[in-house]
Amino acid sequence: MVAYLDNAATTPMRPEAVEAMLPFLTEDFGNPSGSHPSARRARRAVDEAREAMAQVCGCEPGEIVFTSGGTEADNHAVFGIVERRGGSVVCSAVEHHAVLEPVEALGGRVVPVDEHGVIDLDALAAALDDSVTLVSVMLANNEVGTIQPLSEIAEIVRRRAPDAAFHSDAVQALTWLDVAGLCSPVDLLSLSAHKFGGPKGVGLLMVRSGVEPAPRLLGGGQERERRSGTHNVAGIVAMSVAAQSALRERTEVVRRVGRLRDRLADGLRLVPDAIETGVPLRDGVPDRSGKITGNCHFCFPGIEAEALLFLLEESGIHASAASACTSGAQDPSHVLAAMGVPRRAAKGSLRLSLGRETTDVDVELALEAVPAAVERLRMFR
Amino acid sequence: MRVLVAMSGGVDSSVATALLRDQGHEVTGVTMKLWGGDSDTGCCSVAEVDDARRVAQQLGIDHHVFNFGDEFDAKVVQPYVAAHARGDTPNPCVECNRHIKFDKLFLRAQVLGFDAVATGHHARVVTTEEGRRIGRGADTTKDQSYVLYMLDQDKLGRLLLPVGDLRKEEVRALAGRLALRTASKPDSQDVCFITKRRGRASFLGERIELHRGRLVDGAGAQVGSVDTIELVTVGQRKGLGLGGLGEPRFAVEVDVPSRTVTIGSRDELSCQGIELTELCWAGAAYEGPVMAQCSAHGSSRPGRLVGSTLTWDTAHPRVAPGQSVVFYQGDTVLGGGLAVRNLAGLRVR
Repeated sequence: MVAYLDNAATTPMRPEAVEAMLPFLTEDFGNPSGSHPSARRARRAVDEAREAMAQVCGCEPGEIVFTSGGTEADNHAVFGIVERRGGSVVCSAVEHHAVLEPVEALGGRVVPVDEHGVIDLDALAAALDDSVTLVSVMLANNEVGTIQPLSEIAEIVRRRAPDAAFHSDAVQALTWLDVAGLCSPVDLLSLSAHKFGGPKGVGLLMVRSGVEPAPRLLGGGQERERRSGTHNVAGIVAMSVAAQSALRERTEVVRRVGRLRDRLADGLRLVPDAIETGVPLRDGVPDRSGKITGNCHFCFPGIEAEALLFLLEESGIHASAASACTSGAQDPSHVLAAMGVPRRAAKGSLRLSLGRETTDVDVELALEAVPAAVERLRMFR
Repeated sequence: MRVLVAMSGGVDSSVATALLRDQGHEVTGVTMKLWGGDSDTGCCSVAEVDDARRVAQQLGIDHHVFNFGDEFDAKVVQPYVAAHARGDTPNPCVECNRHIKFDKLFLRAQVLGFDAVATGHHARVVTTEEGRRIGRGADTTKDQSYVLYMLDQDKLGRLLLPVGDLRKEEVRALAGRLALRTASKPDSQDVCFITKRRGRASFLGERIELHRGRLVDGAGAQVGSVDTIELVTVGQRKGLGLGGLGEPRFAVEVDVPSRTVTIGSRDELSCQGIELTELCWAGAAYEGPVMAQCSAHGSSRPGRLVGSTLTWDTAHPRVAPGQSVVFYQGDTVLGGGLAVRNLAGLRVR
């Protein structure tokens, strides 16, 4: 029995997305930049995928730049805008490292968040001025699931830094949120296929016309000179299929998984000293409307996440703590630190991220295993 | 048994893992991530983790990474820096064993339900009439019993040292036969958190204020100077700018508050005994005749231990404060402690 509760790390591929890839790994293997029939079939598939993704993002097909994934898209946005326009960059303190590291490399400003992980809008306004050329704030956080108020942020950006481009990393959002609607005020938008049932190694950066970050990869001039490199045709096609399925099923998935997540989170709140992260109480009731439906994040002070994950793995629960570093060790979470979670509590963090395939049985397994593991670990303190 | 093997990414722990698996144990590998900064080799770099994981994959066992960076910083790195600031000569590998491998990791293993922890040290766990002890490794040139002197009966009872009966070339041959990628990796020796390129001085200089020191002879006359008194070790001969004519001269005392290193002859370096602290024992506390060893690959010399005072049978070079002094009875380790100060040598100053 295995309960996969690590959908924020990656999702199982949708069968229809796998199916959609196969022709481009076999008979239709042509290079879409070529001119013969096999190339033209590949070209057509990429063009159709571009139109589909434009609909998903709420933009024109020409505004889609296919990339190798979310990290490339984020780097392209930050470095590309600064290379084109100069100036300085600003992001929130809870961004994914794919934004945070480029911003820090450029000496940018990092704006604090509140205890639930929501960006401090006053601090944002104070951090902005005419010199700022890029502001990057994610739509939904990968660790604690907090949704950022992009339209309010956009207003502040337009007012305080009128020349700045507004980028949002929406990598965690597509399964759960109306990305096209919520991101309508942004200029640049990152997506990654494997977070919504597509394959790893493909994603996109939406670039509104007129924004034009400088290309990061030079070469054959694909993607209208914005991103050179032979297209990952099978990946691009599969991404578009997965995205359309996600969009079609979103309302139903949110309703069904929302019930499972609430049951899971309500159950885990009963563990002594448990802290449900990013969830305020309203009239004594946990209000989870500020985070994406798939996210269930807790801190259990006094235990160590690595030990907890080890025991959970033995019980068949596949989960994670924060974002894992390259060695596979658990590094202290910059997100929890930014939210002011004390280090002792942050060390005992657990992210259970649900997905469209999560079932009642998975939740039951977790509700048995997590409290038992936490209790066992606390016996040794 | 369920065994947790500490896999550093080196050849010894790789072979230890293979041997345990072949003995039929239920083996899980773990690599500790201890240090986030620069490292040449160390037990902590991503490359070492890669090697350990790949070996685990080749052997068909699970591999995990535990991040003990906070503990390593608090219990190994900071005390290392503080010891140098005092003018002592710390041994961070001993402290890492004491606080990380054989404390933090042992506790983690216990919590997770493992029956034993294994490492790739060249040493043995032997049973004597007085109980379990660490014994010297079969390969006397690689013997690591010195750095394991802090283990008590409980920990010795849960420790496996599978390569302790092998010579290093046998370990490498086994690794080669199993086609492990670590088969011909060189031994790691230096302090894992200090790089050759930047060195101790720059590492310490980023953390504490370093001072120039005066070199004075036994009469107090200045005979030279050093750039960094915090890096001078009792017994040190090279790097003091005192080479050349006459008999060799050594640092015999380091006094950071007065920024003074006292220099002396080989005779002046020798002393009658050492005062020790933090004594620990495999079994019951011991007094009486012992063989005492003052460095990882040194030889042991006879003395008599009373309380926390070791008196050498014959004059012995001073031991740098902060170094471990390990007591042997035959080839087994009774225990050990840290040198605090040398006793009744030639009175200097």
